[in-house]
Amino acid sequence: MKVTLKVWRQKDQKAPGGFQIYQSPELNPNMSFLEMLDVVNEDLAGRGEDPIAFDHDCREGICGTCSLVIDGKPHGPHQGVATCQTYMRSFRNGVEIVIEPFRARPFPIIKDLVCDRKSFDRIQQAGGFISVRTGSTPDANSILIPKENSDLAMDAAQCIGCGACVAACKNASAMLFVSAKVSHFGLLPQGQPERHRRVTAMVQQMDEEGFGACTVTGSCEAVCPKSISLDFIARMNRDFAVALLKGGPKKPSSGGAG
Amino acid sequence: MNLLRQLWRSSLGKKYAMALTGVALFGFVVGHLLGNLQVFGAPELINSYAHFLKSKPGLLWGARLGLLSCVALHIVAAVQLTLLNRSARPIGYAGGSAYGSAWKSRYMALSGSVILAFVIYHLLHFTAMQPGINGVGDFNKLKTTLAGEPVADVYAMMILGFQVPWVSLVYLIAQTLLFLHLSHGLSSLFQSLGFRNHVWWPRITAASQIVSVVVFIGYASIPVAVLAGLGRDHAQKAKAALSSQPLESPESSIAGVAKEALK
Amino acid sequence: MATLNSNIPAGPLSSKWEKHKFTSKLINPANKRKYKIIVVGAGLAGSSASATLAELGYEVHNFVFHDSPRRAHSVAAQGGINAAKNYQNDGDSVHRLFYDTIKGGDFRSRESNVHRLAEVSVNIIDQCTAQGVPFAREYGGLLDNRSFGGAQVSRTFYARGQTGQQLLLGAYSALCRNIANGGVKSYTHAEMLDLVVVDGHARGIIVRNLQTGEITRHNADAVVLATGGYGNVFNLSTYARGSNTTAIWRAYRRGACLANPCYTQIHPTCIPVSGDYQSKLTLMSESLRNDGRVWVPKRKEDCKKDPREIAEGDRDYYLERMYSAFGNLAPRDIASRAAKTVCDEGRGIGLTGLGVYLDFSDAIRRLSEDRVRERYGNLFAMYQEITDEDAYKTPMRIYPAVHYTMGGLWVDYNLMSNISGLFVLGEANFSDHGANRLGASALMQGLADGYFVLPSTIATYLSTVKPRSRAGTDHAAFREAEENVRMLTKKLLSCNGKRTPASFHKELGKIMWDYCGMARNKKGLEKALQLLPALREEYWKNVQVLGEPNGWNQSLESAGRVADFIELGDLMCRDALEREESCGGHFREEYQYTPADPETQQGLVNPGDVKRRDDAFAHVAAWEYAGAGRAPVLNKEPLVYEEVKMSTRSYK
Repeated sequence: MKVTLKVWRQKDQKAPGGFQIYQSPELNPNMSFLEMLDVVNEDLAGRGEDPIAFDHDCREGICGTCSLVIDGKPHGPHQGVATCQTYMRSFRNGVEIVIEPFRARPFPIIKDLVCDRKSFDRIQQAGGFISVRTGSTPDANSILIPKENSDLAMDAAQCIGCGACVAACKNASAMLFVSAKVSHFGLLPQGQPERHRRVTAMVQQMDEEGFGACTVTGSCEAVCPKSISLDFIARMNRDFAVALLKGGPKKPSSGGAG
Repeated sequence: MNLLRQLWRSSLGKKYAMALTGVALFGFVVGHLLGNLQVFGAPELINSYAHFLKSKPGLLWGARLGLLSCVALHIVAAVQLTLLNRSARPIGYAGGSAYGSAWKSRYMALSGSVILAFVIYHLLHFTAMQPGINGVGDFNKLKTTLAGEPVADVYAMMILGFQVPWVSLVYLIAQTLLFLHLSHGLSSLFQSLGFRNHVWWPRITAASQIVSVVVFIGYASIPVAVLAGLGRDHAQKAKAALSSQPLESPESSIAGVAKEALK
Repeated sequence: MATLNSNIPAGPLSSKWEKHKFTSKLINPANKRKYKIIVVGAGLAGSSASATLAELGYEVHNFVFHDSPRRAHSVAAQGGINAAKNYQNDGDSVHRLFYDTIKGGDFRSRESNVHRLAEVSVNIIDQCTAQGVPFAREYGGLLDNRSFGGAQVSRTFYARGQTGQQLLLGAYSALCRNIANGGVKSYTHAEMLDLVVVDGHARGIIVRNLQTGEITRHNADAVVLATGGYGNVFNLSTYARGSNTTAIWRAYRRGACLANPCYTQIHPTCIPVSGDYQSKLTLMSESLRNDGRVWVPKRKEDCKKDPREIAEGDRDYYLERMYSAFGNLAPRDIASRAAKTVCDEGRGIGLTGLGVYLDFSDAIRRLSEDRVRERYGNLFAMYQEITDEDAYKTPMRIYPAVHYTMGGLWVDYNLMSNISGLFVLGEANFSDHGANRLGASALMQGLADGYFVLPSTIATYLSTVKPRSRAGTDHAAFREAEENVRMLTKKLLSCNGKRTPASFHKELGKIMWDYCGMARNKKGLEKALQLLPALREEYWKNVQVLGEPNGWNQSLESAGRVADFIELGDLMCRDALEREESCGGHFREEYQYTPADPETQQGLVNPGDVKRRDDAFAHVAAWEYAGAGRAPVLNKEPLVYEEVKMSTRSYK
């Protein structure tokens, strides 16, 4: 089979970008989408042209490095998989495929189809953790956790941080990502002491990064390679409201030594 | 104040504001509908209800100011969030966009704007009673008596108003958009306020759909019924009265209405 | 010659670690912040070490080539993590985990290190649970366990099929906390391209910023490498495409010894290669062999037929035939080698002829399709996604693939290499798995090294370094190293050849797989040792690297990595040739049990099983770089077993 690619090319963050059309060499329908790009790149290199830059690493749907918006949908035509798990047999012979980078102001483009998702790291650094020092922990079975909660926390924890939710949302909102992180910790007893601090700090950082707001369109859930539910967004909305109503911590009263 | 500032500064806080003002405005939509449905009773029923409202200016203006501020807050938050959302994606997609999104969710700004325009028209139409926009004449002249007291003939005003086909059409279009706005907005406000989980979400969306449909049917039934002949006799008489009285009325402006209400 | 002092503490095995921690030097808290430590890599070992060192008060600088520290290939581990918690009351203990690991490694690992690993395994589970890792639980709220990789006890903790990702997210969250509070400075898209050694001590690294192409110098009092394994030398493997050997290879070229490079683990149940465009092999859980039967056609002619049309009598259930006791559950290395044997006979199936069937039709008849779906539904779905075949209707096709390297930089008991101040953690070092790694032990080792071992042992070294005495980045060694990196970049970009790095990588992979893969022999290895230098020579003449040195250039990135892989391949073949025995994952065809051997006759082993030669090869082979164009020097660290007796690893 062969396909025509309409690919976004952009030299670097500052340069203006635009679409280029490429004819693929002969392809095997069992190729993954990224292998198709490998083949196209080898072909380009053979002609001395600059290969198309795209992000990838594990190629088994877990590292969250691969991105790409394929014909308007992040991670390609199927649900519950990442771009690296998309295969060429999902496309008809001879079609034109539009390939674009994830687009959002907080995801500036580095080159071609590669975008910079460090804003996600900064959100996580704002509060996406349980403050526990190595070695200072009780026995793992000393705190019982209902299986339902642990399973629900796992549902949220499955997020691979790829950013497809942002890419799909018409508002470029990061609510699904942030809420998955907030909920993962918020559902576990170990996460309770910092629950309100965490949600406040992470939401604030999310806003500072310039992501849009949630209008409950459901795009994020539809494209998430791990099918993370919008329920978690509601959970974060609730946690944030409670945190605000509770207010910040009281200043410690004076007195101490002596 | 610190809490309010914090709320307003965050995108989530603005969504809370939209959800809460949405609740208030929805409450008004339901209350207003119940009031209007009295048009299906005898003319005295709705006329006495209107008279009752007018006789409590404090309550009426309190509610109006409250609603007005809700509308303002709802709109300001919506505009600010829309600007934020637009700036979050400076370059759009060429290969289509908004995959998997509920289509109604994509037109909230449009449906909201049309509803706002309609509300302004509606206020000019039936509250300020601007004669130039109703296709009938000066509604200020429609008077009747209630327990011997002269009062506005709201019943006649509604019947005459909706007997104009293009006016009814405008109302029906607006109600359709209100339906779209509510059917997404009602369930979403639960999401924004955090009242949702996997068990309740299907129930919430179903209930929101049903309520939106009921509201639509309720509102749409009035112009439809009028066009189908509701209150035709009463309107006939009122229309006669309308043409027999002098055309000028000193109380036809919004200011005039306000002055009268405050009397 | 390098001096290899393993620094194993004296005393009984079970108290070595306790004693060592007590006798090690401590650094006073006010002084800790004066020490700067560079950690390269942020997988399980790198993240956990960075976070823990920062908590202790050291100034930590962490470098990853990924866009985020959360993307390291530790995320891909599915099965679980072992720990001697004995929560199941099934007779597990630290000693049993220790023994299983030593035996699993075919008696080619260091006793003291492995015992320590088993000891700290219990702390890892506590640590991760406290961090919010959502391990699987029972209805009562307690942690669940399963048995894994043929272990006789249930000691494996797991988080659905994503244990690696969840453990990494735990370590990453700890790293994030320390980045936020200033304890760790994180550099992303930052690839280490050289190690700086000042007066015999590792004192810094040279880094290329992958976004801007900028090359920078970074100094420190100690350098920690946690950069993972080098299985991508085979090109096709279950590794991530970005996994590479560059960090440890450049350290090797600066004098760090590389130990046992030929020890490679090959996993029997992966989805076969479908064409020469292929970039990646995907692992299918080993658990499938519990119910699936492995076979190939008896006759070559049948290989291209629809498997459902091949009569029962024309099928060769070769594992059941060759290993009647274990059958389809034969150990990983046995099952892998048997698949290779039948394919070499021309009886492999699929388009490439490199595949065998894993057939569930018996299981479906016996259990019903629904029961099979219940057990393996997600795996069947994954298989269908990749191959477009329905494994309920037609047998799965599987083939072995490279998925772990036990070899790595040589380290002592303190995880310090033979270069003072250079520490190596996780898969990048050689220390704990011997010649074969057990399932669910890689995650355990990475976290043990990072959370518990290094943070304690690094003080022993740092206490010998005067605080704030580190060489500045203007030191001649830094200048020289930076110049070295710039020269290399320039050289690659100016080759102007005709072949892409990817095409060389493919050729290298084929050589390695053919001659240094599942089965090796003298002739083949010697052949490879002729092919590889030629390939290297061609590479530097004919490689085509497009683009600019400044800015994002994936062609340049992979060019440097492939160059290192070619050199590493050569060293692996040397090591495999030198090790004239079979052990664990290293199978030399010349050294296998025959029906005439007493062990075979006693029923301990099967003919064809790996045959160790403890008299001559009970040592660690630590290779030392001797300069360009010169043969590397082999150093040997004898493996002394004080507690355990080396025995024949029997599968019966």
